[in-house]
Amino acid sequence: MAEIVLERLSHSYFPNPSSTRDYALRNIELKWSDGGAYALLGPSGCGKSTLLNIISGLLNPTEGRVLFDKKDVTHLPPDKRNIAQVFQFPVIYDTMTVYDNLAFPLRNRGVDSQFIDQRVRAIASMLELDSRLSLRAANLAPDDKQKISMGRGLVRDDVNVIMFDEPLTVIDPELKWKLRSKLKELHQNISLTMIYVTHDQTEALTFADEVIVMQDGEIVQVGTPIELFERPLHTFVGHFIGSPGMNILPVEMTGNGVCFHGHPVALEGTATTKTGKFEIGIRPEFVKVCSSGIPAKVHKTADIGRHTVIEAQVGVSSVNVISSGPPPALGAHIHLEFIPEHTRLYADGWIASEGGSG
Amino acid sequence: MRTHNPRGWLFVLPVLVLVAFNALIPLMTVVNYSVQETFGNNQFFWAGLRWFEEILRSERFHAALGRQLLFTATILVIEIPLGVIIALSMPRHGIWVPVCLVLMALPLLIPWNVVGAMWNIFTLPKIGLLGYTLNSVLGIDYNMTQSPTAAWVTVITMDVWHWTSLVVLLAYAGLISIPPAYYQAAKIDGASNWSVFRYIQLPKMNRVLTIAVLLRFMDSFNIYTEPFVLTGGGPGNSTTLLSIDLVKVALGQFDLGPAAAMSLIYFAIALAVSWIFYALMTRDRQ
Repeated sequence: MAEIVLERLSHSYFPNPSSTRDYALRNIELKWSDGGAYALLGPSGCGKSTLLNIISGLLNPTEGRVLFDKKDVTHLPPDKRNIAQVFQFPVIYDTMTVYDNLAFPLRNRGVDSQFIDQRVRAIASMLELDSRLSLRAANLAPDDKQKISMGRGLVRDDVNVIMFDEPLTVIDPELKWKLRSKLKELHQNISLTMIYVTHDQTEALTFADEVIVMQDGEIVQVGTPIELFERPLHTFVGHFIGSPGMNILPVEMTGNGVCFHGHPVALEGTATTKTGKFEIGIRPEFVKVCSSGIPAKVHKTADIGRHTVIEAQVGVSSVNVISSGPPPALGAHIHLEFIPEHTRLYADGWIASEGGSG
Repeated sequence: MRTHNPRGWLFVLPVLVLVAFNALIPLMTVVNYSVQETFGNNQFFWAGLRWFEEILRSERFHAALGRQLLFTATILVIEIPLGVIIALSMPRHGIWVPVCLVLMALPLLIPWNVVGAMWNIFTLPKIGLLGYTLNSVLGIDYNMTQSPTAAWVTVITMDVWHWTSLVVLLAYAGLISIPPAYYQAAKIDGASNWSVFRYIQLPKMNRVLTIAVLLRFMDSFNIYTEPFVLTGGGPGNSTTLLSIDLVKVALGQFDLGPAAAMSLIYFAIALAVSWIFYALMTRDRQ
């Protein structure tokens, strides 16, 4: 188990990168403490798998260093790093039994067979595979196969970090839920550093203590799930997290505040910059339908169970509102109010309002 | 859900007719010959199972069958591991992939009698490149028209040269279908190269190797053209394989009855061994 530090990591798949476009990862600085549960969240192609492969040693970074417990491991091969990785598709050794699959990493390291037996049985019971130990692994269902993949990482007691690369991609939705809570439970039982890569915000937010949001090879924000939800540092985070995402609305800077289609809007705090392209960000959860306020026209409504999502039109912008009341009729004229302490200002995409109490 | 549509049979009908004409009907005439005796003039006499008994007791048949089994076993033992080794050492990506694949495919494109003729000339002691080099440069006495050992070595080398490529291409197809995650996981699990081969590559090649073994068994068990052109079955009878012997009986001596019986026994053995191979190699699968 180890603390993991990434120092000024950059990676390019081209031999002679010239422009920033050539880089799949740019200037990554991160510090992960021992025993934490972290998620790397971002859309496909944002560089999260590249980052994971650099940590596991499958890729050598173009620039920067990887430190495990202050020891430079940047150029060590995977088997010298004591890491474990679970891939998108279950990787199992078809001809072996479940037991042999789980014992494989330990046998390769010449571990005493009595200890192997004890570890394999302990991990198998944690993963609820104990009744299937003598079966051939090839004949199991995908979720059990993925459990074996995880188990091969968990049996080793010397693992610095266990990494999951979108491990639930091939799992049925209902089993996804089960495996996810199993993972969370495992993390609590054996406090191992875990890094979970996903493009699914639900997976990231339910699994991790801290989420790293990435876009185009860069880290946009690092924070707890609540921080990411409450106060996104970048409009991308606001948009990417939440369902529906944050409303990002164009505003004009006036002498004493901002105006949204001619209507003054109160912000959480004062603006920190005077220049740039200004937008406000407000979550649909914090937009209220009122008797007075910004006039809007109902364009669409969607009943999503406990709430209704109203898509309202203000000028050329559409604003999503989550409301618990009965949905208004299509085309109806309503009034919206933005809760000031949840209204953020963004300049050129980055947050530009001083945080209030909210 | 399975639905039965009897009209489906209509689509299979042309194939059935074709197979009937080019396989079943000729086979039935062979069955017909195998139970009769003829002295020419298109006159036939009932012979019962006499030819079958005769063939099964014939030392000549036993010898030919023995040579056939030895030949097939030898080329399988050489070609399958060699094919796998070559496939493992071929590049998986880059510009050399097409080059290697074309080089591998070349021997397969050459007509069988040409292969026999090529090797025949290649091994001639006076003018053949190999024959001359062995005899006059290296001083090894090598003449396959006189020495049965030399004839056997040549026949087997020729088959290995001609057909290992097939195993290579099949094994290679199996290898490149393995997702990179398997190799990465094995690295992380600390697996040795041997373990990677034993637990990842070999199991993933299992299916294609089954096909390779079956194809190579059937083709080599029925081989005729190449050894016939190369050695004509000699020196003596030393490379007279089953098919060569069969043609000698049927066309050389014109013993239609015994030749027909021999064909059917030959066919039954090929079928039985293929089935045994298939059953053994697929017994672990569901």
